[in-house]
Amino acid sequence: MTAVVARDLRRSFRTTEGRLKRSRKDVEAVRGVSFAIEPGETFGLLGPNGAGKTTTIKMLITLLLPSSGSATVLGRDVVTDVREVRRRIGYVFGGDRGLYDRLSGLDNLRYFSELYGVDPRQQKQRIGALLELVGMTGREGERVEGYSRGMRQRLHIARGLLHDPEVIFLDEPSIGIDPVGARELRATIASLRDQGKTVLLTTHYMFEADELCDRIAVIREGEIVAEGTPTQLKSGVATGRVLEVETYGVPEAVVASMSELSPVRSVAVEERGQLQVLVLQCDADSEVTQQVLSRLGDVRVGRVAVREPTLEDAYVQLVTS
Amino acid sequence: MNHRVRARVRQLWLCYRLQLKILLISPFEGFLGILFPLMFATATLLVYRVAGDPDAMAYAGLGAAVMGVWTSVTVSASTLLNRERWAGTLELLVAAPTPFAMVLIPITTAMATVGLVSVVLTLVWNRVVFDVHLAVESWPLFGLGVLAATVTIAMFGFLLSVVAVRYRTAWALGASLEYPGWLLCGFVVPIALLPVVLRPVSYALAPTWAVEAMRSAAAGDSPWAELGICLALGLGYAAVAAYLGVRLVESARRNATLALT
Repeated sequence: MTAVVARDLRRSFRTTEGRLKRSRKDVEAVRGVSFAIEPGETFGLLGPNGAGKTTTIKMLITLLLPSSGSATVLGRDVVTDVREVRRRIGYVFGGDRGLYDRLSGLDNLRYFSELYGVDPRQQKQRIGALLELVGMTGREGERVEGYSRGMRQRLHIARGLLHDPEVIFLDEPSIGIDPVGARELRATIASLRDQGKTVLLTTHYMFEADELCDRIAVIREGEIVAEGTPTQLKSGVATGRVLEVETYGVPEAVVASMSELSPVRSVAVEERGQLQVLVLQCDADSEVTQQVLSRLGDVRVGRVAVREPTLEDAYVQLVTS
Repeated sequence: MNHRVRARVRQLWLCYRLQLKILLISPFEGFLGILFPLMFATATLLVYRVAGDPDAMAYAGLGAAVMGVWTSVTVSASTLLNRERWAGTLELLVAAPTPFAMVLIPITTAMATVGLVSVVLTLVWNRVVFDVHLAVESWPLFGLGVLAATVTIAMFGFLLSVVAVRYRTAWALGASLEYPGWLLCGFVVPIALLPVVLRPVSYALAPTWAVEAMRSAAAGDSPWAELGICLALGLGYAAVAAYLGVRLVESARRNATLALT
């Protein structure tokens, strides 16, 4: 049985504008998303902020009703079979919220064990094993308010696994964690795959998706624009090349004018402090460096480099084109 | 006891204990939870002392003690879910397979327990500072009345908290009920003095009957009729809250208000 199936999922939100004269507006956050995840697979959902990743996850974990379309988790409908879906899934989100700060890590796990119906006879053993898994043995007696962000995130993962769910939804779990913590977290997620769990992971970090996911779907403005293995997605831009130009204070109009150059497929700007790095996806045998530099005119330019495309380039091309 | 019932009782008990731990962990908040009821009781008794009537002082002293539970539960229960929203735990509580009502009952009961402590301390305060002697004919029945007041106020808090699942500004409802509740429940002013039109509201509030039961037990009369009505109303609140809980969580899923802060 397929672990997760989403069929033409849609979700719109009603927002209001204005104070005296209020006008209502419907915003479509998810516009017909469809995908299927096989048991034991780690599936990545990538997209920029506001693309509809979290909304999609929230529909799958029964926290939001879809406006239309349908979805099942382990064959159970997420709208009509809510209790059964909830018993079988785990949900972990990023950030430092979602825990009782005044309780210890152990008490947090005991509290959620009760709510998730973990057998009392197995509770102690289960909590001990999970603390071991996330590397928090020995710190469980301390109050959560004293935990670092990385520790909180690892505790979140332990919480999400308490009832030994078959499918785990991880919504940007590594957000805001330092590189060492993120590496440990990736190891924990990889171990879930080794245990045969089905994982749906959303993340902004391409290397994370590349390392962990069997398949990836890229979502943009509520629609899936590409789906495949990391290798397949990379091969989509592998025939091209990437030109990177470091600039200081490049005007938006100049950036926009770059896309008029015929070999350029897409242009993105990465802000790095005072520096803006122009990332231009170009056709394979093209040479646009001179044309780009001439368009930059008086703009101060730093390092200029040409390299092979990565998964991140594939992602940038997909979400900006 | 069947396995399911045992598991439910265990879940309610453990969640209650841990929620009580959260409430008691801050000495400052605990101090305020005790201090405010004492201030309210003090203000009430200072007003009543002017008349120089010991019976009126005893009447007001008893009601003033229950005011603390009412205040601590109505205000905190209506802000309860917003605090869970801010902590990011509301979605996790809703996403759990445990029925939402069974998640909320231990929380509101823990709040009422803190209120119960304030009842005892206020009675002691009244005795020490204002020399109000509480003559109680039947302490067991009086104690039962105090428990009935605590439990039914907790159920009322449960009802208030459920509304806040869907409506984020519902906390204002609880805050606005604090002072009218003192009058409507007859804590410090006999209900007979209220306008006739308001009396049905008083009779629909379980604490009205709980305080009456306490007064009857103290006077040596039978409090069973008042206790019966009080508990029936408390059960009614719980039933309405459980029904609304399902409806309002459904509505929150439809309108996406669970994560909104």
